Amino acid sequence: MQGSLVDAFARQGVSRRSFLKYCATLASMMALPPVAGRAMAEAMAAARRPSVIWLPFQECTGCTESITRSHSPTIEGMIFDMISLDYQETLMAAAGHQAEAARLNAMQDNAGKYLLIVDGSIPLGRDGAYSCIGGRSNVEMLKEAAQGAAAVVAVGSCAAFGGIPRANPNPTGAVSVSDIVKDKPIVNIPGCPPIPVVMTGVLAHYLTFGSLPELDAKGRPKAFFGETIHDRCYRRPFYDQGKFAKTFDDEGARNGWCLFELGCKGPVTHNACATAKWNGGTSWPVESGHGCLGCSEPDFWDAGGFYKALSLPADPLGIAGAAAVAGAAVGVGIGFANRAKQGAAKSAHETTTLADLEK
Amino acid sequence: MTDLQFLTWVRGPGLDIAVGIFLLGVLWRLFEIYSLGRSKDLSAPRRTPGASGLHTVFRRSLPPPGMLKCSPVSYLGGYIFHIGLAIVVFGFAPHILLIRNLTGLSWPALPSQFVDLAAVVTMAAMTVMLADRINKPAKRFLSTFEDWFTWAATFLPVLTGWMAVQHLLLPYTAMLALHILSVEILLIVLPFTKLFHAFTLFGSRWYNGKVNGHRGVPV
Amino acid sequence: MSASLEKGIRVLKAVIDAPIASYFNSCVHCGLCAEACLFYTETGDPKYTPIHKLEPLRRIYEQEYTLLGRLKKIVGLSKAVTDDELDQWQELVYNSCTLCGRCSAVCPVGNDIVYMVRKFREGMAASGHAPEGIKSAVNRTVTIGSPMGVKLPAVLAQMKHVEADYGIPIPLDVEDAEYMVVLSSMEIINFPEYLGAVARIMQQAGKTWTLCSTAFEATNAGIQIGNSDLARVIVSRIVEGAEKFKVKTVISPECGHAYTALRWEGANLIGRPFSFEVQHIVEVLDEFQRQGWLRTEGFETDKLTFHDPCQLVRRGGVIRQPRTLMRSVAQNFVEMPDAGYMNWCCGGGGGASAIEEGEALRLEAFKKKKTQFDAVKPDRVVTACANCRIVLEESLEHYRMDIPVIGLTELIAEHIPERNKPEGA
Ligand code: SF4
Ligand code: SF4
Ligand code: SF4
Ligand code: SF4
Repeated sequence: MQGSLVDAFARQGVSRRSFLKYCATLASMMALPPVAGRAMAEAMAAARRPSVIWLPFQECTGCTESITRSHSPTIEGMIFDMISLDYQETLMAAAGHQAEAARLNAMQDNAGKYLLIVDGSIPLGRDGAYSCIGGRSNVEMLKEAAQGAAAVVAVGSCAAFGGIPRANPNPTGAVSVSDIVKDKPIVNIPGCPPIPVVMTGVLAHYLTFGSLPELDAKGRPKAFFGETIHDRCYRRPFYDQGKFAKTFDDEGARNGWCLFELGCKGPVTHNACATAKWNGGTSWPVESGHGCLGCSEPDFWDAGGFYKALSLPADPLGIAGAAAVAGAAVGVGIGFANRAKQGAAKSAHETTTLADLEK
Repeated sequence: MTDLQFLTWVRGPGLDIAVGIFLLGVLWRLFEIYSLGRSKDLSAPRRTPGASGLHTVFRRSLPPPGMLKCSPVSYLGGYIFHIGLAIVVFGFAPHILLIRNLTGLSWPALPSQFVDLAAVVTMAAMTVMLADRINKPAKRFLSTFEDWFTWAATFLPVLTGWMAVQHLLLPYTAMLALHILSVEILLIVLPFTKLFHAFTLFGSRWYNGKVNGHRGVPV
Repeated sequence: MSASLEKGIRVLKAVIDAPIASYFNSCVHCGLCAEACLFYTETGDPKYTPIHKLEPLRRIYEQEYTLLGRLKKIVGLSKAVTDDELDQWQELVYNSCTLCGRCSAVCPVGNDIVYMVRKFREGMAASGHAPEGIKSAVNRTVTIGSPMGVKLPAVLAQMKHVEADYGIPIPLDVEDAEYMVVLSSMEIINFPEYLGAVARIMQQAGKTWTLCSTAFEATNAGIQIGNSDLARVIVSRIVEGAEKFKVKTVISPECGHAYTALRWEGANLIGRPFSFEVQHIVEVLDEFQRQGWLRTEGFETDKLTFHDPCQLVRRGGVIRQPRTLMRSVAQNFVEMPDAGYMNWCCGGGGGASAIEEGEALRLEAFKKKKTQFDAVKPDRVVTACANCRIVLEESLEHYRMDIPVIGLTELIAEHIPERNKPEGA
């Protein structure tokens, strides 16, 4: 295996062996046959470094942090050597007009071929005035950039589903990429933030096979989002036995029991945290003792409270008391009417005689 | 609407509406029924041990002599599905949590594999009961739309709950939402259909036991 | 001449109460009551399912006393009850229901179905849908004094016969007697042995008793037809007689419905508790025996079984007593399957035996009883209800079964030692 990428890795202290291993891991995570790992490695090594434009919209830069600033040196960080990242505000050296010019150049030079990555949601309120770059609204920029893109990758829950900006009452009118772009293949990589290896995995797949991976109904790569957190959670046996931590510092919590009652959203959350873990496989939220927040699902922010178990009412019952009172009132009312009717029928009764048996 | 939004709706406003209608209906119907009153029995009572309203409330849970043999499906099926429902409704951890949240009462949960088995057995028993309703002339004759409808309204929560746990057909989130929705439908129709026997059964047995107990007959 | 649908519905509105409301709301359509009703088990026709016999009553309840029912009626989802419909229901409410109460004993949700049939009959009678046979029985009871048209002279003649046969005087209109004995006309006409048996038993026990010239008839067709006003007229005769002679206890004859009418419905009909006790003759015999006032000798050796009259046993609470009495005089007493509380009706109770057009159905339903008899093959059948007795005899004859039917009181009387002097005499 030869190539500039391998050389570049070598310069940064990554051996050929560990690169191969990385590709094999990726392949297995994406449920590809083992040989695909090698194919991937070879394809990536020989890749033409396609142009990538990364547009940041209404976001917190958490996603960028996640993909780049995980502990170094990481393979995830270096994967950028495989692509030509022609525009990324946070990472690029250029700024201002220079940066904008770079973006326009890249779009022109690679029209129809570049990959568009978006993080952050797109505010539509007040004609998009809530978030502008160089005086242009996000929605305008997105439409423009999407036109020449081969595919769009919506990174993070904001780009994929609207995320936190879209949380009730959604003051900026935030929407997701797929709400705007309708005519391009879009892959959603939700998560707040997404797991680094999921982002690189999708890029690797694109580089290797020239196509996007298989997606689920929410546009997420099935390989990473096919199962719920709960399905693969190591605390699952406790759930099945009915052993639950009731507080964050009780006996159950210390024994590592299931966090369902503490509001874990694992059962309704599709993501790879339980298997890929975070920080280079160090740990993940549930392992650290906190329930899953459900960050890779649409509207996770408004799903009834992070610390409320899934089987509990999302909102307190508001009308129950009033309904009970109303029911009793209706019942008593009918009761009085019925008694009156019954009484009237009784008092209207005239003692029957034999003649009254005949018609 | 996404699955999670759907789930959040059924856990939030949907549940509120359903519980509201349920409480409204139950109280309304209970007053409507029992406010009709009844006249005092002036005949001299005969006292026999075991003959009272309260005795009958319990005794009627057992088949009267000779009845088990003449309608085993009704009795065994009835027992299995009622007990199964009770296990599933009151033994499954997430349900207990809900009950604790609403009422403050709680008790230890049963292992989820056991609850799972109970759900399957309950559904089997309900299916047999449905077949029996179709087969037995008297039952079929008595059956109206309401009987088929309430059967479905009772069966669906068990089915959807089980399918959600087993990850069948739909993603868990959607199935869970459907499960909760089906329970809400059940709650809403309960006070206005024969399912209301869950409440009036006690009154009916009590009256029967009382009237006949007055005559010294332990019914 | 004034029975009408409107009147019937008004009467039903007056009788519908919380138990009925509770029952209708509890029914789960399980059909178990059908399995308990001899008219269904023997015909297999689902229209004889007990709860179905009340369908018009259910609709009236729903339409009059529930909010949803009223709405349903307004939008046409629930049809009003019509005369035609009630006419159709006559067969279900009278011919095919003997008020045996077996359905009420099995309903899993606890519905007292027979309680509702009894009340529904009030509306059926008031709307002119009672069967002719029962109507004439009521007519005769009210105008002549007994459903079979028996008048006082016939009773006096019987008394003479008995006095001659047994050499015991039969007291009539005796004030301050401890017991007042009332009869059923069936006993006066068909089973005169009853009066003789009572006389001998009273003599042995040394009790004072009397018949009443204005209240010798105990059966109450007013209850069977379902008309409380007429039932009150009939029962009042007995109450007046008992109060006039200041008796302690009125003894209801071997007739189940007479017992129910007097013991359980009487006080409610007249609207106040009785000042006297009411006992069925079987209860009296049992008490006498326990007190040692009644002694018997000898045993019957053939195989005897006891047919429980529904009104005495399941509906009356006299379950143990007949068995104790049977055992005291019969060596070979066998119980039929389901005997006692769950016994099957003879098929002719509740006025059904008075309905001519119901005879074929009644004989069909008797097959249940036949099965019970076939199971134990008794030499003779003992019972404690003259109506059961007649119906059993007729039906046994129809099925060419040679099993004599006798009354329990006579059976006991036959075992009273001959030369026994009355105590204290
Ligand atoms: S901790 Fe969460 S994800 Fe893990 S088993 Fe419990 S509920 Fe499921
Ligand atoms: S465990 Fe849940 S909340 Fe946490 S990162 Fe993973 S998907 Fe998001
Ligand atoms: S009372 Fe007896 S005859 Fe009448 S419906 Fe009930 S079981 Fe049948
Ligand atoms: S047995 Fe009771 S619940 Fe069943 S059909 Fe008859 S009345 Fe209804």
